[in-house]
Amino acid sequence: MTGATLQQSAIRNFARKRIMAFAMPGVIAAYFIYIFVAFDIAGLSERVNVNNAATLVSDVYSYKTHVTQDNRDGTVEIAIEGERKGAYPQGTGPDWVTFAEQTVIDLGGGHVVTFGDRVTYDVPGYGTISAQPGAGGVNATFPPGAMPDYIRTSKNRLMVVTDAGRFTVTRNRTEVFKYTLGWELFFFTLDSPYHGMGPAALVSAAFSGEAGAIWNDFWTNRMWRHSEVAWAIVETILMAFLGTFGAAIIALPLGFLAAKNFTPLGGLRFAARRVFDFLRGVDGLIWTIILSRAFGPGPLTGALAILLTDTGSFGKMFSEALENVDEKQIEGVASTGAKPLQRYRFGVIPQITPVLLSQILYYFESNTRSATIIGAITGGGIGLFLTQAIITQKDWEEVTYYIVLIVLMVMAMDTLSGWLRRKLIKSDEGGH
Amino acid sequence: MTDISEATARGPDIRDAYLAQMRAKRVMNMILLIIFVALLIAGFRTADGRNAGGFWNGLPNILDFPADVIGEAVERAHLMPGYLVEYFPSLIETINIAAASTLLGGIFGLVMSLLTTRGLAPVTWLVGPLRRVLDILRAIPEIVIALILIYLLGGGPVPAMIAIALHTVGALGKLFSEVNENASLKPVEGLASVGANWTQRMWLGVVPQVAPNYLSYALLRFEINIRASAILGFVGAGGIGYDLRNTMSWGQGKFDEAAAIFVLLFLTIVVVDQLSSALRNRLTHGARISEAHP
Repeated sequence: MTGATLQQSAIRNFARKRIMAFAMPGVIAAYFIYIFVAFDIAGLSERVNVNNAATLVSDVYSYKTHVTQDNRDGTVEIAIEGERKGAYPQGTGPDWVTFAEQTVIDLGGGHVVTFGDRVTYDVPGYGTISAQPGAGGVNATFPPGAMPDYIRTSKNRLMVVTDAGRFTVTRNRTEVFKYTLGWELFFFTLDSPYHGMGPAALVSAAFSGEAGAIWNDFWTNRMWRHSEVAWAIVETILMAFLGTFGAAIIALPLGFLAAKNFTPLGGLRFAARRVFDFLRGVDGLIWTIILSRAFGPGPLTGALAILLTDTGSFGKMFSEALENVDEKQIEGVASTGAKPLQRYRFGVIPQITPVLLSQILYYFESNTRSATIIGAITGGGIGLFLTQAIITQKDWEEVTYYIVLIVLMVMAMDTLSGWLRRKLIKSDEGGH
Repeated sequence: MTDISEATARGPDIRDAYLAQMRAKRVMNMILLIIFVALLIAGFRTADGRNAGGFWNGLPNILDFPADVIGEAVERAHLMPGYLVEYFPSLIETINIAAASTLLGGIFGLVMSLLTTRGLAPVTWLVGPLRRVLDILRAIPEIVIALILIYLLGGGPVPAMIAIALHTVGALGKLFSEVNENASLKPVEGLASVGANWTQRMWLGVVPQVAPNYLSYALLRFEINIRASAILGFVGAGGIGYDLRNTMSWGQGKFDEAAAIFVLLFLTIVVVDQLSSALRNRLTHGARISEAHP
């Protein structure tokens, strides 16, 4: 009899599991089809901006130098990324530009551009393209034969894009872009005497008493703003630090209020719990918006936003940890004649410290990431730098730099919090 | 006998040594505490100094904005139901972003976790490198990937979904692999003995053991992802966050709509939190019952 019922229930179980095994993937697939339609993923291929992707990728590992001739007066300017901060002093330039009667730009691989009243571009395997920009247009002439598709020309504009670089002529300006591997001027800008010095020369200069000057030139690099970036990282960590530990300090007494075994008053307990729910429910995003109205952008706003959200989370976790404490230890302390405060100090705190510390340190690490995001919204720390660099849409090498720094920062905090957790919890096991 | 008498003779020494050790420890703890408090105060002062508005100047104004919002919301309370209906589709989009990215992240996290658990991974030398990949996925904040994808793909829910899904793969992959480590290898060996391949061994031998824990972590992640998806909307990735930024930028006089969005967002987060915590309780509770009656 029991065997039969057991068998029946087993068969029923199998049947249910079989249906589940097919239904679950089916439901998930159906949901993805819905998402596919709702998010218009089919139309995504039209929206992808391939040009943007190409700029982004090439910008990450290379930079371009602009060599520009003003066609009306013949002056030549050379600037890295076309920025004033990266401009070479008049009459100087990288070694692939020779200044003689005419400025000659060697783009490498046999591609040579010569400036002057008449500008020419030798393309190996094709011939010499020349142009005489003036009032009547760019007056371009090409070698005989079919025009390759990398040349675009009209009356007032000539553009040649080859692997070696880009050559543009308009009536007023002739411009050449040359792409070079690496991040431009990462260590020293052009106005620093240390620009272009090899590592060996730098080390020997540092030993001959110029270490301070070298550091100063690096630290105040206007292109990459190393000192400001370092401060931004510090600000981000500061937000996480103040937010997390501030929240822990506020949440600890509130946690006692919300714990059943420490607060006999039901109403008080209920109120404390609703406060935690409210703090957690009004998300960090909304707290950030509200606080930035009062305090303006900056690290303090971010720290307070983290503090408010985490007070809710910590309060909930602390009260749960407090409800799970072992009463025996408290009784033991009480039996020695300890007063209530001493009972908490020696009976409760040693029991919950390892749990609380490990949670707090875990949150500290995860809040470094949140601080980056909050910084992007309120305007503080490395998050602000990142959004600014992305919004300008051209400094992708800086975006890459910030991303690398953020990843390193988060990983360092992860390691630090793990180390502290092991260290503190182990040393606390012996009691106080 | 001699040992004992020696130990008694050394008694005071031991006590002194113990007391000295305790004193040293107490002093050490005191020093740590002082350093911590000093760091906290110095940190607060630095943050205060670098903030646009100071803490003490801003503190009295902290309720101004909520008061404005609530005031306008109460003043035009009759419009509120309309706004709630108007912004409901955006809320659905935000929830969909979170759900789709949690699902995607869960599926890929499952695969990654099986590939990075020692003892289960089919390719042992890949365990280390894949773990580093998970570390990096977890370390990059969603907003970074989202902003880059918005630049490439334009605004909308897809960049947010991909960004959150990538982060979720990193987070769940690690948690899942910790769960896998506690799974019993007996079913896996049994399946191997009847000639099951790796996929079958994992799908039939490991996953049924750990599914409740997986689900519980995935639900917790879903809660987190709803918040993340609202935040990403705020930087231009669709959903209710995007509407919130727009209504905020209209400024005073339009805060009633912002209030409606606040209410929607708050309710969603609270409801999802409660539901997921109830479900998670049932999942772990259910697991305990099946352990008690094998």
